[in-house]
Amino acid sequence: MPLIRPFGWDEFWIIVIAARWTIALSVIAFASGGIGGLFIALARVSDTKWPRLIATGFIRIFQGTPLLMQLFLVFFGLNILGFGINPWIAAALAFTLHASAFLGEIWRGCIEAVPSGQREAATALGLRYFNRMRYVILPQAAKIAVAPTVGFLVQLIKGTSLAAIIGFTELTRQGQIINNATFSPFLVFSTVAAVYFALCWPLSLLARRMELKFSRATTR
Amino acid sequence: MYEFNFAPVIAGLDQLLIGAWLTIQLSCAAMLLGLIVSVFCAWGKTSGITPLRWVIDAYIEIIRNTPFLVQIFFIFFGLPSLGLRLTPNSAALLALVVNFGAYGTEIIRAGIESIHKGQVEAGTALGLSRLQIFRYIIMKPALRTVYPALTSQFIYLMLTSSVVSAISADDLAAAGNNLQSATFASFEVYIVVTLIYLVMSVGFSTIFAMIEKAAFKYPLSR
Repeated sequence: MPLIRPFGWDEFWIIVIAARWTIALSVIAFASGGIGGLFIALARVSDTKWPRLIATGFIRIFQGTPLLMQLFLVFFGLNILGFGINPWIAAALAFTLHASAFLGEIWRGCIEAVPSGQREAATALGLRYFNRMRYVILPQAAKIAVAPTVGFLVQLIKGTSLAAIIGFTELTRQGQIINNATFSPFLVFSTVAAVYFALCWPLSLLARRMELKFSRATTR
Repeated sequence: MYEFNFAPVIAGLDQLLIGAWLTIQLSCAAMLLGLIVSVFCAWGKTSGITPLRWVIDAYIEIIRNTPFLVQIFFIFFGLPSLGLRLTPNSAALLALVVNFGAYGTEIIRAGIESIHKGQVEAGTALGLSRLQIFRYIIMKPALRTVYPALTSQFIYLMLTSSVVSAISADDLAAAGNNLQSATFASFEVYIVVTLIYLVMSVGFSTIFAMIEKAAFKYPLSR
């Protein structure tokens, strides 16, 4: 086989198919980050001080530092803890923590956007924190949350490209590998960008449409 | 049990601080140039020239729906095949400007749209000069509208700029990479680098909040 091969359909498909690892990583991060984010959001609006402070600190740290550094710290931190160098575990954990912080902050806003009369009415009906959240606040907050959550999903999918830097073979890393073999960076990175665009653009449009629909439904 | 070794990081702290200064310079330059792009694109979108609007819309959608890492790879590795060869540092700056421009356009447009024609007419009716109208009726409210979004976009830009280390442009993250490969104290190096980023973003948002308080103090009519 020649050292440098041309960029053909095979190479194109290898890149397109590598999107499955980008999708897998995004789904893992989104699902587990969603669970984490719910806890962070609930802690953030808790009636007691300590959970609120811890959640605020957690959010501040993740919003105030680069995603790349979060990824590096988890990657090298897991090695220190004796888990060895494993890009899969490191990437999944780092993006989960990252998504937890951002979704937590987004959902806190949504919980607080529920009119305070709802909380007061629920309290007046004798509902305690858990039932109040479960039956009154969260169902209403969920409706507000859908559009910004989809918007964050786009951020997350784009963010997973950084996993390429720690050697996780997803879409971007696959592009780099193909580029090293074909040396057609223009075609390779156009293809990579097009695949990301195909993943993210529909979600962006969906988020925008839902936002519009929601703001029309709520403006008086 | 792992023994933390911060000594080499302390010894290399000056390198990291130089890197931090480079990150600040890079972010400020990208923000200023990006704002020019944003103002131009915001003007283009409101100008009513349809093909121009399409081009700008396409630019914004493409940038906002692809990762910054891929954008910078495209600029640094892809553009030379079109004859545009850039050093890592200028590729980094170009990528950040192009990226910021797409996000800034929407912010600037919101600022322009926040000024109603009636307000300018009211200013004229009150006998204000053109300069006074521009300063008090157009600029100040428009700036107040865009200020919070623009400043948080700057912090986002500064954090995103760490990705330029992937093409070994000079910045804080790259300084961290160099120190890491010289000392092998990976975790310790990156924890300090991350802390410097945290200090910078907290510092900048504090300064921005103080400026906002001082400059846009007057109450909202609504």
